[in-house]
Amino acid sequence: MKTAAFSASASGYRKEQYMLNVGKIEEGFVLDHIKAGNAMKIYHYLGLDKLDCTVAIIKNARSNAMGKKDILKVECDINTLNLDVLAFIDRSITINVIKSGQIVEKRKVSLPKEIRGIIRCQNPRCITSVEPSLPHIFYLADEKKEIYRCRYCDERYEANDSGEL
Amino acid sequence: MKRDLITPQDFTVEELDHLFDLADDIREHPAKYAHACEGKKMATCFFEPSTRTRLSHETAMLNLGGRTMGFPDAGVSSATKGETVADTARVISCFADIMVIRHPREGAAMVAAQYASIPVINAGDGGHQHPTQTLTDLLTIRSLQGHLDHFTIGLCGDLKFGRTVHSLINALVRYPDVHFVFISPPELKVPDYITDKLDELGIPYEEHVRLEDAISKLDILYMTRIQKERFFNEDDYVRLKNFYILDAEKMKLAKKDCYVLHPLPRVNEIAAEVDSDPRAAYFRQVQYGVYVRMALILTLLNIHID
Repeated sequence: MKTAAFSASASGYRKEQYMLNVGKIEEGFVLDHIKAGNAMKIYHYLGLDKLDCTVAIIKNARSNAMGKKDILKVECDINTLNLDVLAFIDRSITINVIKSGQIVEKRKVSLPKEIRGIIRCQNPRCITSVEPSLPHIFYLADEKKEIYRCRYCDERYEANDSGEL
Repeated sequence: MKRDLITPQDFTVEELDHLFDLADDIREHPAKYAHACEGKKMATCFFEPSTRTRLSHETAMLNLGGRTMGFPDAGVSSATKGETVADTARVISCFADIMVIRHPREGAAMVAAQYASIPVINAGDGGHQHPTQTLTDLLTIRSLQGHLDHFTIGLCGDLKFGRTVHSLINALVRYPDVHFVFISPPELKVPDYITDKLDELGIPYEEHVRLEDAISKLDILYMTRIQKERFFNEDDYVRLKNFYILDAEKMKLAKKDCYVLHPLPRVNEIAAEVDSDPRAAYFRQVQYGVYVRMALILTLLNIHID
């Protein structure tokens, strides 16, 4: 079970100390308010399994707003990762940037204009279905309706396509 | 920087105007352009057969004094050996000055354009885009009625699978005051994403099932074939294939200056008796297709004739 302690910081941001079985982060970022169950998906999407740094995955943490949520703590420079895809997976996520053990910035995620190598086009007539070396690229066709289309064939991506790479 | 034509939207409305002006000049002064592409080679890479489109491009290049080479179907290309579109494009770039590609896979022309160092013309990628047909349609409409705005166009037949229809609608929404009338059986209605787009842009449209109910209000009637290859169920095709047959009787209901277009080939959706009607413009449309492709080749090769 997760517990957290809070205190005011000199910078005016609330300092969060994540006190589970992992130490607090000195330099890195925390992905908070992840819909429960999505943490592992994001872990793989971001390629965190390939990093050498400390990563903590907290599942089903109690949340007043969400009931339960997942949290990811990553101890590496946020600029080394492409986080654009987060909003596509889960719009509720907030990114807390940590420096010297404190939250110095909170970022909301917004839908990326392009998603590359994350989801797969399911159109059997698309060129990507027969040429596996081509990168799967989707563009944001309608921001309001959150519609992505394949860059090659314009096929709409449906969330239930299970077209994940 | 090289340019390609992969979708009709690759050219702005202003650029299309220039292209059509050039096509008009070519039509009026063909001799002026007879040697414009001397020493240039065009590769026609057809991974699926299409006699009309291939010959139209080749005729365009020959009319400009250039030469053509290529293959008419995938069976005689390295695709049978498993070569990728990207590699084909890179190889063809070493042989030719411009490449025309038709491929059964959607997006193949875009891939070719990414990897080719020469201009690429999309001559059809599966059911996705067929931009030179759209340019042909636009030039034909402009030539027949003198403008591409302020008119009513009826699109009749297979509006669900017909890529020429989707492409033409997407191109025409960029011109002011074009009114769309969609005429199709309920099973072959224009897709939602197109009507959604029209709604979003505030462009008016009507939907009808019977051609007789709409034909009298049209300035242009764009007929399409019910495509057998799009049906999984033979019974559905048989039921729908004779849904629309434009004949002399129906033409009596049309305006005196309502031109009839068709991307061809037709099967039976336009009766042969309509061919002699001066408003039947589908064979002239084929000729305009050559002019617009000549203009396109010159534009993509950046060749200017004073």
